[in-house]
Amino acid sequence: MSNWETVIGLEIHVQLLTKSKIFSSSSTSYGKDPNKQASYVDLGMPGTLPVLNKSVIRKAVEFGLAIDAKIARKSIFARKNYFYPDLPKNYQISQLDLPIVEGGYIEIKDSDNKNKKINITRAHLEEDAGKSIHSDENNCTYIDLNRAGTPLLEIVSEPEMQSANEAVSYMKKIHSIVTYLKISDGNMQEGSFRCDANVSIRKVGDKKLGTRTELKNINSFKFVEKAINYEVQRQIDLLEEGKKVTQETRLYDENKNITKSMRSKEEANDYRYFPDPDLLPIEINDDYILEIQKTLPELPEVKAQNYKSNYDFTDEQINIILSNSEITNFIDKILPISKISAKKLINYFISTVYIKLNKENLNLLEDDLKPKDFYMLIELIENKTIAKNNLKVIIDELWGNNKDISFIIEKHINENANDDAELINKLIKSIVEKNDKQVKEYKNGKTKIIGFFVGQVLKEAKGADPSGIKEKLIKFLDSI
Amino acid sequence: MDIYNKSVVELSKLLNKKKVSSLEMTDYFINRIKSFDPKLNSFITIDEDHARKQAKIADELIANNNNNLLTGIPIAHKDLFSTKGMLTTCASKMLENYTPPFDATIVNKLNEVGMVNIGKTNMDEFAMGSSNESSYFGVVKNPWDLKKVPGGSSGGSASAVAARLIPIATGSDTGGSIRQPASFCGLTGLKPTYGSVSRYGMIAYASSLDQGGPIATSAEDCALLFNKIKGYDKNDPTSNFNTDQDEVKLALKKQDTKNITIGIPKEYFSKDLDRNISDIIYQSIEVFKKLGFNFKEISLPDHDYTIPAYYIIASAEASSNLSRYDGVKFGHRCDKPKNLEDLYLRTRKEGFGKEVKKRIMIGAYALSSGYYDEYYMKALKIRRIIRDNFINAFKDVDYIFAPTCPSTAFDLGEKSSDALEMYLSDIYTTPVNLAGLPAISIPVGFSNNMPVGMQIIGNYFTEANILSIAHLFQEETGWHNRIPEDFDHE
Repeated sequence: MSNWETVIGLEIHVQLLTKSKIFSSSSTSYGKDPNKQASYVDLGMPGTLPVLNKSVIRKAVEFGLAIDAKIARKSIFARKNYFYPDLPKNYQISQLDLPIVEGGYIEIKDSDNKNKKINITRAHLEEDAGKSIHSDENNCTYIDLNRAGTPLLEIVSEPEMQSANEAVSYMKKIHSIVTYLKISDGNMQEGSFRCDANVSIRKVGDKKLGTRTELKNINSFKFVEKAINYEVQRQIDLLEEGKKVTQETRLYDENKNITKSMRSKEEANDYRYFPDPDLLPIEINDDYILEIQKTLPELPEVKAQNYKSNYDFTDEQINIILSNSEITNFIDKILPISKISAKKLINYFISTVYIKLNKENLNLLEDDLKPKDFYMLIELIENKTIAKNNLKVIIDELWGNNKDISFIIEKHINENANDDAELINKLIKSIVEKNDKQVKEYKNGKTKIIGFFVGQVLKEAKGADPSGIKEKLIKFLDSI
Repeated sequence: MDIYNKSVVELSKLLNKKKVSSLEMTDYFINRIKSFDPKLNSFITIDEDHARKQAKIADELIANNNNNLLTGIPIAHKDLFSTKGMLTTCASKMLENYTPPFDATIVNKLNEVGMVNIGKTNMDEFAMGSSNESSYFGVVKNPWDLKKVPGGSSGGSASAVAARLIPIATGSDTGGSIRQPASFCGLTGLKPTYGSVSRYGMIAYASSLDQGGPIATSAEDCALLFNKIKGYDKNDPTSNFNTDQDEVKLALKKQDTKNITIGIPKEYFSKDLDRNISDIIYQSIEVFKKLGFNFKEISLPDHDYTIPAYYIIASAEASSNLSRYDGVKFGHRCDKPKNLEDLYLRTRKEGFGKEVKKRIMIGAYALSSGYYDEYYMKALKIRRIIRDNFINAFKDVDYIFAPTCPSTAFDLGEKSSDALEMYLSDIYTTPVNLAGLPAISIPVGFSNNMPVGMQIIGNYFTEANILSIAHLFQEETGWHNRIPEDFDHE
């Protein structure tokens, strides 16, 4: 073991899920043509003024209540002044003194799997900047201000994490809270959830914190872990060589897996913060807080207990289910209809879907994979219609395709399955009779729909030879 | 058609009785601007086509009896009010070619009542100045004496109205920029309560102090315009619901005056004040006494801290408000920037004038780490004290009279080399902005042939009453009807 101790604090930027921007009425939706969602206010046109979108206050308060923090009865917006082309006013409206949320904490597991409390310093509201897109080819920079003015909640932790693992657990916990509360979509690829990590090391036993570096804008759990681990080792190497750590901002290069210097403290901006004179203080009364408290959704902690008592899931399973609300929703849709043991179901889920989500950095939306399709696959495995080791491939094929599941299953039917000709014939007849609509479509030339019938038959027949079924079906359908 | 010397109220009657059409009136004032303004330089932009188009619409409204008292009346806007499709320069090289894609709320409201916008008036660059000498488009002259300044920053509006090139104009007042030029030019100018009039589309100098308002020849005309521009605006979170209440009416009757006590703050009549001005104000107070008003000496302490506090707060806000002029999105951009820093540095070096740069530097300094508490925070504390002093005074008296400026209009160039001297000319107007109160400046006489102005300061949202008090005085006196000799003809 090394005699160095790591100290990590995180600043997480959470994009709040609102229809319009924090200070203008432009839409916040992602992926539109550049600068199509930038109003005069977002462009910082002379004479324009910010008008606060009240729904961001509610979301910040919900977060504050969920982490047991103090909600400021009066909070104010401040201007953070710095020049950058994607910051149209050349100041960012943020909060410095009197943030909306102060204090609070969450619990994570430390390396000994014991509960560890991580205190949260504050969470404040601010507007996001636009995007600069540098083009080496044309030797210029393009500015897209669609993101400018998107509401952010910046959640600042105390420097209380001691390893990359703890930092990731903390980040996952915050992610699960904000997606639970539905105050953010938590979409990391689109930048809705990203973090800056303050990393320093000190000799074990030292009270004084070491010089820290700030790793900027990391947008995946995996990269947070890698970036911190790299940075910690870099700092250890420096100190052990008798050199010093420079206080600076560093960027993580995910391709090379290194961090590199962005700007040092000497070059750092003096942001000249001052209260924004265009915006009145936000005043919140007890009734408002009580009203929000009443409508707060069931939080991960409570759900965890329910999972434990109802299904006897392990802590690890529960953590995974609760790691974000998309997964929870997915699992919650299957559990009530499942005839298979819940534990088995979860294990299937973890070994396939969950691994895929992490490996490919994906979200789990209804369009990506339907819960009932996944459940059907597990049933087919359990009754040996398809082979267990085909599951991953099928899920890959199914992912985001919006194809009918039967069509895909067809190709993966267990070839050793028995073929009870008579049963199949019976099934074909009854299924065709039950599905008038699809028959009509078939008759109108949509021959691909045959896959649907195959799937239905396979579901009932529990592992028959697919090629045979398809031919029989075509024959039968053509005959009626 | 001898109508240049008519007030808005009188012009409105002519339009209503169809004695003259809005189009004729518009052409008349455009011609007047063309023949007289070369002497004054009070306009930056004149848009004849736009004006005639609006005048024709106004004539239709009048023909269909869909008009109100302002329909068809020509107006000019200070060149910091955004006008859709019409240059809005802030008298700066930085915005020399800037045409806003939207109207300021004030402009929009006045368009809707059918006023005719003839063009944009000259001003101090970004409203920073007390003499209209910092305009990129050249100094403006005072119609009472072409060697003298018209005051600032709404100097173009004041000069144009004083020479009767336009019957009424908008201005903006951050530290006295409506009242001081009104005073220097013998006009009536209203600075409303902070929040009464929307700031949306009014290009910001110092957001917590800026307030738009009318500059006209009489309180009656100011009231007409104020009625149409006031009110809550969903685009300006600092605009106030209180102002949506009733129309301002000049309802004060002579029999009411005996219940009204007016405070005279002794700090405002100290040695800083020109003796002649002091005498003239006391003479006018005699008129008010005859009208029945009661007077009482009061104290508004801490007066000496006003100017430093004002210049720190206004400059701090300005340093941030003016950051957006960087050559990236609109306005001036330097030629062939080498890199980003070069773009910023040269654009801002070339685009801003000396006074603007000075205030940006003062402001950035006051906000920088290590100086923030010493300067900005301290200035905010002084601001609160000054406001509290007014609030206390209003427990004792109903209104406060004060000189508008320590002197009459000074010579062009006289103070432009001495910033402190220039800043001190706002000594009686800035406290009102720091406190956010309404005040009106009215002409009360002449000293060495130059007009003298006096302020009537009211408690929050008492515009109706201060306009009423001014109106009673103007019914008794003729100072507001005086026209500079060189411009008192067709």
